[in-house]
Amino acid sequence: MNAVTTSETSSGAEQFLTFVLGGEEYGVTILQVQGIQGWDRVTPIPNTPDYILGVINLRGAIVPIVDLRRRFGMPAAEFGPTTVVIVVKVVNERGERTLGLVVDAVSEVCSVGAEARQPAPDFGSGIKTDFVKGLATVENRMVILLDIDRLVSEGLLGSLSTH
Amino acid sequence: MTLDLTQFHDAFFEESFEALDMMEASLLKLDLGAPDAELINTIFRVAHSIKGGSATFGFSEIASFTHSLETLLDELRANRLQVTQAISDLLLKSVDAMRDMLRAVQSKKPIDSQRVADLQFDTEMILAQRNGAAAQPAPQASAPVTPAQPTAAESANAGSAEAGASPDAAPQATASTPETSERRWKISFRPYPELFARGNDPLRMLRELAELGSLNVEVDLERLPSFDALETQNCYLAWTLELCGAVDESAIRQVFDWAEGDCDLSITLESAEPPAEDLTNYALIAEFDAMQAAGGAPSYAPVAANAAAPAAPPVDTANAAPATNAASAPTAPPADSAANAKDTPAAAPASTQSPARKPEPTVSAEPHPAPERVSKSETAAASGIGDSGSIRVSVEKIDELMNTVGELVITQSMLSQLGRNLEGPASEQFRLGLAELERNMRELQDSVMRVRMLPISFVFSRFPRMVRDLAQRLGKQIEFVMTGEQTELDKTVLEKIGDPLVHLVRNSIDHGIEKPEVRVAKGKSPTGHLRLDACHRGGNICVEVSDDGGGLDPARILAKARARGLVGPNETVTDEQACELIFLPGFSTAETTTDVSGRGVGLDVVRRNVKELGGSIEVRNDPGRGARFIITLPLTLAIVDGQSIAVGQQNYIVPLISIIESLQIKQGSLNRIAGRGEVFAFRGDYVPVIRLHELFNVEPRSRELDEGLIVIVEGDGRRVGLFVDDLLGQQQVVIKSLETNYGHIDGVSGATILGDGSVALILDLPGIIRRAGAGARAN
Repeated sequence: MNAVTTSETSSGAEQFLTFVLGGEEYGVTILQVQGIQGWDRVTPIPNTPDYILGVINLRGAIVPIVDLRRRFGMPAAEFGPTTVVIVVKVVNERGERTLGLVVDAVSEVCSVGAEARQPAPDFGSGIKTDFVKGLATVENRMVILLDIDRLVSEGLLGSLSTH
Repeated sequence: MTLDLTQFHDAFFEESFEALDMMEASLLKLDLGAPDAELINTIFRVAHSIKGGSATFGFSEIASFTHSLETLLDELRANRLQVTQAISDLLLKSVDAMRDMLRAVQSKKPIDSQRVADLQFDTEMILAQRNGAAAQPAPQASAPVTPAQPTAAESANAGSAEAGASPDAAPQATASTPETSERRWKISFRPYPELFARGNDPLRMLRELAELGSLNVEVDLERLPSFDALETQNCYLAWTLELCGAVDESAIRQVFDWAEGDCDLSITLESAEPPAEDLTNYALIAEFDAMQAAGGAPSYAPVAANAAAPAAPPVDTANAAPATNAASAPTAPPADSAANAKDTPAAAPASTQSPARKPEPTVSAEPHPAPERVSKSETAAASGIGDSGSIRVSVEKIDELMNTVGELVITQSMLSQLGRNLEGPASEQFRLGLAELERNMRELQDSVMRVRMLPISFVFSRFPRMVRDLAQRLGKQIEFVMTGEQTELDKTVLEKIGDPLVHLVRNSIDHGIEKPEVRVAKGKSPTGHLRLDACHRGGNICVEVSDDGGGLDPARILAKARARGLVGPNETVTDEQACELIFLPGFSTAETTTDVSGRGVGLDVVRRNVKELGGSIEVRNDPGRGARFIITLPLTLAIVDGQSIAVGQQNYIVPLISIIESLQIKQGSLNRIAGRGEVFAFRGDYVPVIRLHELFNVEPRSRELDEGLIVIVEGDGRRVGLFVDDLLGQQQVVIKSLETNYGHIDGVSGATILGDGSVALILDLPGIIRRAGAGARAN
């Protein structure tokens, strides 16, 4: 596939915020991003899956923080100076929610046209790709586009109430 | 009236005025052709609430007025009566009247009982006419125009002994001339000695007169007795006043409106143009006579009222209106013209004759300016009084404010951190400034918090008196107990919980608790018991009204519901479901409606108000032995008094209300049950111990019992000891929902943001006890 620079993308271009997670680059629709903030202490919530790190106070609202590394089954990493929390708004059948995603580092905002996108490949049953919306090529790099709405409805938060 | 109750007057007035605004808005929205049932319900509820409130506070005039208004509204609600323009007008006027009555009571002035009586009479007339109108709709519609006029006037005169001014007398009556002309009035105002006792203040009247024009006051001391005989509460003075200005007589009379009947008053015109008489006046006078007859002689009501309607057309013809206009006029409901015309003679009586006990009906070509002016000045006066320094602010605004303050606190603590490490010549000053900032910040936070919280005793304390009065009136013996008055809750919740509770308590007294003889016959003690309990429970606020009366009768409720079509004839309904039916609008099993309760609005309103707060209401019925109404309100709006506890690195908040005590125990005082569950003896009870660090899976500072603390807490009626590392401070915390962005977590009712901006979880004790219990069994 040929490289398509961001400037050449035409209609159907969507802007994504890309971030790094375990050496891979992921992207989320910029429209869902509420903000980016540095990693800070969270309040743990008892009896929740390990990828739920806890909750923080985001301008008066209680917002859960999800460790995306653990969520994706990657080995946990030490939180360093580049570790940030991307605050996103997700919409699912239970309404609108705000949550924070802990990632290794943010990289950039890029436009991805429809022609630069590919559907997610099927790796068989071993690897979960449910919340991968597709793959995009940005300046010869591969960016995994996430469907964060799916990410939540896949039971990230939903399953908790069954405790 | 005891001091105890008067402290709630302000709240009552505030609520009532607000409710009246709502009623007015609903009335204005009301579509005459197809009235919205919900709007009528809203209007009805306002009337009902005001009735209930004013009855409680002993404002009998308002209660009586709203009672008849309510009867009319009940007819509308049941579709037995169509909403006509006349009724809509009348209702709007009633709103004004209620407002004025409330203002009068609020400012401790006498109520304009004439106006109230007139409106009440109109209301009853409409109700009476419902039957009459149904019986003879045709004759009314086709009533002959011309012949009706003399008959109307005649019957009006015949009907009223008071209606002094017959059509013949009309030329003597003064019609008001255009406002612009400058006139000089001579007013002789001789109050009776008891004027003061009726709450009138001559000084106020004189001041008001002075506002109308230039006033020359001469006081007459003739009646002033010697000093020994002076009775301080009597009025001995009389005044001769000269008023120059562009005012008409009705405006002057308006000033003396309240003193009417307590004084000799004569108003004469010293210089003016000759009154302009024409056919218009003649016709209007005839009409007003008819009105006066209708108002003054209730026993003749049907005659006078019918006469009033046909009397209307001549006005139109006199004004040279097209004949079609005149012909269409009789079709207007009689009450319409009666109601419209009524406020004119009542509000603007004008006569050159020396004063009469009742105002003589005369014509004012411009009746509007005067009443309007007065009502404005009344409003101004009332707003001066009602402005007791409180304002209503929406919760969102306070939430916003609170969040902003929270952010500020975080910024401030960040600055403090920075300031500590700062060095240099200005650093000391900087630190001083920071300390100041920190102090102010804390105060600011406290103040914002305090804005929202009030103990429920604010609502509760009105009940003892109410229960006593009602019990006395209904001949019942009731012992009333309240608990949990100190439970603090959000002001918005507090404001809205009042009405529902009043309804529930009234219902319990009126319908629940039986009369002593009935109770004795049933084998109960003659004294009934009524309880009002409040507590924080399971992360909610629970308010319970319970009595040991007759309880609900499911069979009777069901029969009633079927009769009203609320339940289909073939639907099967369990007893519990039947009890739920009482919350439907328009449901009441009371045989007679009293002014205590029993129109079936109460529970409908209760449920609506509770639901608006995001809560629920349920009824636990024990037929023959009593009923319990349980209102549960969510914590989202509430603030809780919390005890911070520490477990390892984590802080949690335990609602203070559920803490019984905290103590340190020795390892040896623990007993094990079957080697697993730990219990210890606490005042003769064996209390299970829950190690919070185990439950929440956190690393504690210590696992040794004597290095930590046991906090004895209660939830769902069970006691457990929570083993924690330490107790920190007590503070009031604002409960934030975890469910907004996350989900429910067992054992946690919510979270709060601490002063340093961090989040602490609030424990849900019943949840924890359940969890621990389940865990123990699972082991």
